[in-house]
Amino acid sequence: MIAQLIDGPLWYFSFTIFVLGVLWRIFMILRAGVKKDLAVPREGGGAGALRAIFSRFVPERTVRRHGKVQLVAGYMFHLGLFALLFLARPHVDFFAERMTGFGWWSMPYWAFIVAAEVAFAGLIMLWLYRLLNPVTRLLSSADDYIGTVLVFLVMLSGCLALAQSVEALRLLHLFLAELLLIYFPFSNLMHAFTFAFSRGYTGATMGRKGIRA
Amino acid sequence: MSEQFEQGVAELGKQIDARISSYFSSCVHCGLCAEACLFYTETGDPRYTPIYKLEPMKKLWRQEHTISGKLAKTFGLSKPLQEQDFADWEELVYDSCTLCGRCSMVCPVGNDITYMISKEREGFSRAGYAPEGLKGATQRALEIGSPMGVTLKTVLATLAHVEKNTGLSVSVDQQGADYMTLFSSMEVVNFPEYIESIARIFDAGGVSWTISSKAFEATNSGIQIGNSDNAAEIVNRVVTAAEELGVKYVISPECGHAYTSIRWAGPNLIGRPYTFKVIHILELLEQLKQQGRIKFNGKTDEPVTFHDPCQIVRRGGVVEPQRDLLNSVAENFVEMTDHGVMNWCCGGGGGVSANERADELRAKAFDRKRRQIEETGVDTVVTACANCRMMLEDGIEENEMETTVIGLTELIADYLVTDAKEQPEVR
Repeated sequence: MIAQLIDGPLWYFSFTIFVLGVLWRIFMILRAGVKKDLAVPREGGGAGALRAIFSRFVPERTVRRHGKVQLVAGYMFHLGLFALLFLARPHVDFFAERMTGFGWWSMPYWAFIVAAEVAFAGLIMLWLYRLLNPVTRLLSSADDYIGTVLVFLVMLSGCLALAQSVEALRLLHLFLAELLLIYFPFSNLMHAFTFAFSRGYTGATMGRKGIRA
Repeated sequence: MSEQFEQGVAELGKQIDARISSYFSSCVHCGLCAEACLFYTETGDPRYTPIYKLEPMKKLWRQEHTISGKLAKTFGLSKPLQEQDFADWEELVYDSCTLCGRCSMVCPVGNDITYMISKEREGFSRAGYAPEGLKGATQRALEIGSPMGVTLKTVLATLAHVEKNTGLSVSVDQQGADYMTLFSSMEVVNFPEYIESIARIFDAGGVSWTISSKAFEATNSGIQIGNSDNAAEIVNRVVTAAEELGVKYVISPECGHAYTSIRWAGPNLIGRPYTFKVIHILELLEQLKQQGRIKFNGKTDEPVTFHDPCQIVRRGGVVEPQRDLLNSVAENFVEMTDHGVMNWCCGGGGGVSANERADELRAKAFDRKRRQIEETGVDTVVTACANCRMMLEDGIEENEMETTVIGLTELIADYLVTDAKEQPEVR
């Protein structure tokens, strides 16, 4: 009964909340509007926006020198997570079966283990940094910790499910992932989508001024 | 809750556009912006983390623009903004932010935190939570025409001195001149040699220029305090004067803040494009040099470094002309470690220099610039902003440094070939 609920209706419900919630948040951003810039530009804003969306993946020198932990841990976590999410065999099968209708290359088991270790190490480092650094401790809200804990539990249950091949663990993993999907649009996990907007807006403004940002 | 405070909160709400909404949505509280802010790096106080200065605005955004915030507000789980929030944050919003824009360059999700703070100031100033120094400067700018209280009479007296010292005639309100020149009050009062320099350079370059008796001030305290109505009124004076004189260009003085105000913010404040172009003095000097209309005789052999005014480079987009000009008149130009768009602020921008309450904090923040200058091993700092120059001179004196500060335009004028027969030295 619970298994059917998690595998069926709850999945569709959580996924719907996720999609509609994300779209709603993006709509709320766009609805706020931006006034047209009436100053004569030096360069086009579009090129600046596009440049900033990609250039900010490369850290500025100040970040390289003073933000090494966040930088290294941040890249480890995100790259590991993306590898797990999109290239783990069970996920590829899940996407193919329920969403796309087709599959793609998936990682061998050893690569899965490496990706998981990298993602866990990154996430734990970021978590510890958030707790121990006075700046991040001051800035952090319950949302930051809830998001971190949820992602951690989803990753942990997923790894256990794959390693142990126990159905109950698979269901636990799916259930936690569904909770994460429901929580996502209400949290700053939204940065996964909105970073393109924030970088784009800044890049366009700077670009019009002829500044590479 | 006072009526004025409610107006301030309403104004703050109006400032939340798609940019700000996306910025708050994207912030993951990584704290990297702290490392870019000299108020944090020089004090170690986490409250000076740039994004933390936006907590009041974030609270309002959450309540007005997110589902969870709206629900929390409805069920009494999140309190509305209180006067105490503004009182507690006023120092962070005004004293510990020079609007230098360095934080906006390092944010991994691309948040323009400086833009956010300038918008937050709109709400704070409307609510009456702004430093007395800035309130006074804005009042003087509106009533007298200058934040320092400089009157036309003072400007004309300065111009008379300029004419006497240079032997050149400076035209006022000349219809049909190509360029209308603006100044900052600080240039008129503290650095009239800047005016002498441009008079010499423009004469040598055959530039047709004039000064308006109706609008000589380029700075805009309305922008610094965060009152766009006042800012628009100040910009309008310049626009009206320039259009009445029929000039093709308005020249922004060295002052960085003046440049971003009139060049980038101005048209948006008055709601229409200008009928003339705005050019920074350094851009114009570079053009004159490129066109061969001004030439230089020799170079200083004194090693020099350059302090980049934030609003000219990082927020204004004028980065290379000053370097090319400086290399034209200096044999040994040494860049600071962080220069150009990643320079460190002098500590007095964004209205901080007009805010006496912030003096002690500003002096602490100057330590960054002191170290930067000392690392170059150079005793002469060239800059291109009267406000930066004042802040540098203050800091140098307070730290008992053996450093001289000079303005770039003056340095250019010192090596200018003024006589057609005088040939540039072969180098």
